[in-house]
Amino acid sequence: MMDLVYTPDQEAFRAEVRAWLAAHVPKVPLASFDTAEGFAAHREWERTLASGNWGMVTWPESYGGRGCDLIQWLIFEEEYYRAGAPARVNQNGVFLLGPTLMEYGSEAQKARFLPAMASGEEIWAQGWSEPNAGSDMAAIRCQAIRDGDDYVINGQKIWSTRAVYADWVFGLFRTDPASERHHGLSKILVPLSAQGVTVRPIPQLNGLPGFAEIFFDDVRVSVDNRLGDEGAGWQIAMATAGFERGLMLRSPARFQQASRRLVSLYRQHHGDLMDPAVEDDVLRCYMDAEAYALSTYQTASRLLQGGSIGPEASCNKIFWSELDLRIHDTAMRILGARAEVEPSGSSDQEDLGTWLDGFLFAQSGPIYAGTNEIQRNIIAERVLGMPRR
Amino acid sequence: MNFTYSAEQIEFRDVLHALLQAEVGAERIRARWDTASGRDAALEAQLRDFGLYSLMFPESLDGLGLSVIDCALLAEVCGRAALPEPAVETMMVASPLLVDVLDRGLGNGSVQAVIEGVMSGDARVAVSHAINPHVNFVEDAHWVIAGVADAIYLLPRDKVEVTPLKSVDPSRRIAKIDFDPEEQYRLAEGEAAAAVLRSTLNRGALSVAAQLVGLSEVLVEQSVRYASDREQFGRAIGVNQAIKHHLADVAVQIEYARPVIARAAYTLSVSPERADIAVSHAKLAAARVGLLAARHGIQVHGAMGYTWECNVHIWSKRIWALVREWGDEGFHKNRLQQWLLQSNALLGPEFTFGRRSLLPDSRVSDPVSADTAA
Repeated sequence: MMDLVYTPDQEAFRAEVRAWLAAHVPKVPLASFDTAEGFAAHREWERTLASGNWGMVTWPESYGGRGCDLIQWLIFEEEYYRAGAPARVNQNGVFLLGPTLMEYGSEAQKARFLPAMASGEEIWAQGWSEPNAGSDMAAIRCQAIRDGDDYVINGQKIWSTRAVYADWVFGLFRTDPASERHHGLSKILVPLSAQGVTVRPIPQLNGLPGFAEIFFDDVRVSVDNRLGDEGAGWQIAMATAGFERGLMLRSPARFQQASRRLVSLYRQHHGDLMDPAVEDDVLRCYMDAEAYALSTYQTASRLLQGGSIGPEASCNKIFWSELDLRIHDTAMRILGARAEVEPSGSSDQEDLGTWLDGFLFAQSGPIYAGTNEIQRNIIAERVLGMPRR
Repeated sequence: MNFTYSAEQIEFRDVLHALLQAEVGAERIRARWDTASGRDAALEAQLRDFGLYSLMFPESLDGLGLSVIDCALLAEVCGRAALPEPAVETMMVASPLLVDVLDRGLGNGSVQAVIEGVMSGDARVAVSHAINPHVNFVEDAHWVIAGVADAIYLLPRDKVEVTPLKSVDPSRRIAKIDFDPEEQYRLAEGEAAAAVLRSTLNRGALSVAAQLVGLSEVLVEQSVRYASDREQFGRAIGVNQAIKHHLADVAVQIEYARPVIARAAYTLSVSPERADIAVSHAKLAAARVGLLAARHGIQVHGAMGYTWECNVHIWSKRIWALVREWGDEGFHKNRLQQWLLQSNALLGPEFTFGRRSLLPDSRVSDPVSADTAA
């Protein structure tokens, strides 16, 4: 029976999260985690989170979590964004690799990697794309050739988020050199400190090195670093892309918080001479952020009732990334010519800079984690059943 | 917290869906376009036997006592079928209005008889509401419920002057009505009438929102089939990304309209007098999907989509007609807008489902229990 009221336990959980965050969230915003100083501060924040067992609440307690269900996870996220807590520097780890490890990792791998991930001791970068394997990820060429109990890795990855300061990278490598396309790939975890690894930072739109190229030159890692069976990398990547990534990569609270700020900005400037279309877009942003949250609650409820994830997994990347663009674009239009100003650190300009930062970052949403064009193809072909060729 | 439908709710919906799929095809819809009444008596009897006209009446009145949540699911499959009968309006608008009137101790001697007549299928009721300029299927109705600015009347059909108009949707039989507001036909007036009419407007808007999603989904399915069969340049036109993306865009919007409609239905069911925001959101989201589905559905069908012969217009014209019923975009956007501008409106991640016990402040205004009149 549909019941959109939180249980007393869920309310108590919310109160607990709220109280802990109120006591621990840094009063002054941390510097960007794409600077050395900011990265260290964010790692420290991950340690603080872990000290309260808040690193990844849905994980079992044995790995540093709290064994929470998905509704509690949503509540945690709502409170996290409400509190203005720092961005998760280890999101590649906790949101992407963690769930994969949980499903495909050996017991030894889980014990080795999950606690250090939840505690922020080890921060992860991702290594999917290559110069010639972007949207066409099956074109991966970076090789990991078996040599005794090791793999020897040669090749190049690119657009590796967080790789500049991270400790480890996970990615897909071609373990069968004779294989083609999505066959013969394996998922392998590589320490970025290994000999033969070279990380070349790539400055993003904001000038900071949020991603990097990674060159592998005879890099040796143990076969124990392979996740799942040899040659099963593609299936593992796809399986995790669907569920956890779909549900967890961008929690709705983030967009609801942004749309709340947008409404405040709009109220504040309501008397200004403004593009009349702004009003409509503010409404749209509020509605779409709510819709994304409602959809996520529906999915979480369905999963808790023993159901499975539906086609919304392929839809949500498009929906939230375009919502994020609309929110920030609308803010830019409310601010008018003032929107040009870069963050300066001075308090009166701070809000301006935050909107500009978000606007720049929003440009990447429809591109990363599979471009929205690719997502639309997936929906058309796999959900609607349209012909591939 | 459980945002799912029960297995019984889904099953009931699927039974109606199967019935409509078996009985209501494009041919049967077209067949009545040229008839005088536009009705299909045999189908109306089937719908009555299914229980569609008893659903929203409480068990104490010998109805089935279902909720708005159940009915919104059923309205979606009625939309899918482009059901020409005003069944959804009877189920989700007329019935609860009559119940609402009784619950408030209002009404007159006719209400009970009309309710019995609706359930038995002997009485057809048309609903007029100040928000809508026209009334659908009023010509051969037996009773007319008329909500004006400050009163509600229940009139025998012969007390109403009907001026038929032609709708863009040949399945609809709209008309303007006129009547003498005689006291003997009055069900409610003043604040009580206003409260009933406000809930009625919200139920009407929700019923339309649910139908719009069903209508949109069928347009996507028809367009996928057409794009898979129709060949140009030696291959199906559906292999082209331009076509795929048109339909994927509609699919995404449908996916995100459904939970919004579910929240509106839930809110109307638990707190009908405080559902303005949730309902306006649902109506706006559904209107956006509907208009996009109609536009892209026609575009994907090419010149065929612009013909009378192709069935696309059965669904797209229903969308164009319904999209502005029970409050157009201007009405619902303004309602949302006024609420958003209030400094005490509860927005943000912790308020998706409204006020919390964590926040005992009763002066706040939230999207689930918002009382925008306060």
